[in-house]
Amino acid sequence: MKFLLVEDNSDLAGAIASRLRLDGHVVDNAETLEDAKAFVSTGEYDMILLDIMLPDGDGRTFLKEHRASDLDTPVIVLTARSQVSDRIGSLDLGADDYLTKPFDHAELEARCRAVLRRKSGNARVTIETGGVVFDSVAGSLKVAGEPINLRNRELRLLELFLNAPGQVFSKQKLADRLFSYDDDVSENAIEVYVGRLRKHLEKSDLGITTLRGLGYRLDHAD
Amino acid sequence: MQTDAVVSGSLRNRLVLILIGGAAVLAIFLFFAVRSYAVQVAQRGQDNILLASVTSMLDAAAFRDGVAEVDIPYAAFSMLNTPADDRVFYAIYQDDTFLSGYNDLGLLGENQGGQPSFQTRDYRDTSVREVTASRTLIGADQRTEIQIALAQTQDALADTLDQISRNAALLGLGFFALAVALSIWATQATISPLSRLTNSVTRRGPQDLSPFTKPVPQEMAPLVTSLNSLMGRLDQSLSQSEDFIAEAAHRVRTPLATVRSYAEATLLRVNKEENREAMRSMVKAIDESSRAAGQLLDHAMITFRADHLEREELDLVDLVRDLILRLTPVADMKDLTLDLRGEDTVTYAGDPILLQNALRNMIDNAMKYSPADGAIEISVRSEPVVAVTVSDQGPGFPLDEIETLTARFTRGRNADNTIGSGLGLTIAQDVATAHGGEITLRNREEGGACVILSL
Repeated sequence: MKFLLVEDNSDLAGAIASRLRLDGHVVDNAETLEDAKAFVSTGEYDMILLDIMLPDGDGRTFLKEHRASDLDTPVIVLTARSQVSDRIGSLDLGADDYLTKPFDHAELEARCRAVLRRKSGNARVTIETGGVVFDSVAGSLKVAGEPINLRNRELRLLELFLNAPGQVFSKQKLADRLFSYDDDVSENAIEVYVGRLRKHLEKSDLGITTLRGLGYRLDHAD
Repeated sequence: MQTDAVVSGSLRNRLVLILIGGAAVLAIFLFFAVRSYAVQVAQRGQDNILLASVTSMLDAAAFRDGVAEVDIPYAAFSMLNTPADDRVFYAIYQDDTFLSGYNDLGLLGENQGGQPSFQTRDYRDTSVREVTASRTLIGADQRTEIQIALAQTQDALADTLDQISRNAALLGLGFFALAVALSIWATQATISPLSRLTNSVTRRGPQDLSPFTKPVPQEMAPLVTSLNSLMGRLDQSLSQSEDFIAEAAHRVRTPLATVRSYAEATLLRVNKEENREAMRSMVKAIDESSRAAGQLLDHAMITFRADHLEREELDLVDLVRDLILRLTPVADMKDLTLDLRGEDTVTYAGDPILLQNALRNMIDNAMKYSPADGAIEISVRSEPVVAVTVSDQGPGFPLDEIETLTARFTRGRNADNTIGSGLGLTIAQDVATAHGGEITLRNREEGGACVILSL
């Protein structure tokens, strides 16, 4: 996905951008409202992440203008204020969602996915390999033409594997991606999810290999 | 936080009392003035008749064959007839020697210069008005003085006075009644601008700190001016502290967000387990501090708003539905489902921001303690009281702590591994109290905690 990150704090912008890039996204960073307008007018984005307090004005004015224009790029507001009224204010002005800083990247991803799912007509990114068709935005999986219902953690697990076929993931790494940091995760839980995913993939050419002491890897069964 | 004013007396009562007290004194004075004037007039009437009567008697006195003779004319007594059948007494003296009549009646003092003298006195156990007059008869080489005392009881006069007193009392009462009505009206008219000002201050929402512009009487202008300047300062300091809080939150949360993002990104790249553990602790600590900061600010805001509830008609089910929509992505991440049960619409007049905050904290809590793949049930009902119930399938509350869990900064014993500030249920509790309701905690028979917000 291509993100426009409107955030004036360069440290934070750098941190968010590097985190998003780790997941394979493309990120442009605008530090002012002026820059943001310039970026929006020249490039197409899948998602705008907008800070509210910016040096040359309030992010909400940008939001208002953005909504008044023809562009319907979804906007997620990043706010450092905790105030409920502030959140409501940005939703009323047409933000699709908001997140309070600091935020969990898994939550940002989940919200992006939810927003994109709500907005119809966007180009879908589908992965087709080994007899499966996977749409990460819609969260849908087809195995041998049969639609399969995935729960959210199964979906994220599959996405991890599909984005890095052949790579070995340790149980800990998987746990860090699937669970939030306040969850009490046993390694058993990972085995449970891997087991479920294996079951879903039974009819495809894909398989999850257990590498004793190392972790798991997605392999083509051919 | 609301301090009631110290009340010392009431302007309205004070004004009414002074006006009515004044009117009462005036009415009593009026009564006595009218009565005493009436007494004077009535007395003068009786005196005139008595004088006329005694004069006609004296006129009838004459020397006849060298002897002074007093012939009492019929008219002298007939003119003294009254409706009350007053009795008449007389005594005739010649040169201080009793001639005829009632010998115990007696003359009144000295007759100065032959002027008749009047007196009211007791005679034969009753009050009489007595007149004494004299006439000097001059005959051939004779000279004698005829003195007549004439007295009349005062029954008719007393009757007249009674009547006049009654009328005077009626007059006084009428005056008093009118004065009371007038003073109440005057008080009302004087106080009403004050009441209007009070009303318009009371009706204002908590956010409305604009100055008063409606015209007020001259005497109230200084009050309104001070009030406006006070509100101006309050507005300024409120918006300053709001800005300050926003700025403080921004300053704290932005670097926290930076650290969190870097920590997460690092965690994805680091392979050594002890480094990863350190990163995880770091992220956990950041989450804990930002959550605590957020809830502290929310709590402060709720305490402020609870004093001035901005109630509006709302559909609780709609509110809960919005909240569920908003929280679904987070619930999804844990493979939790949020189920809305209960009635289709429940209308309630409450503060939407406060209610949303309370319910959000309740659902957040349920999500924190729910096991994976669990379901959280949120149901809204209107009978017997409007209530929202949030139930989860987690471990439930420790039985012995149920009482204390809504206290500030208290967390359950089994909460050690989850992130929280201990303010969530306190916030829900404060919101419930502000709406005149309460929070009930209990464990479900089939396991799991259940929090009920009843309004």
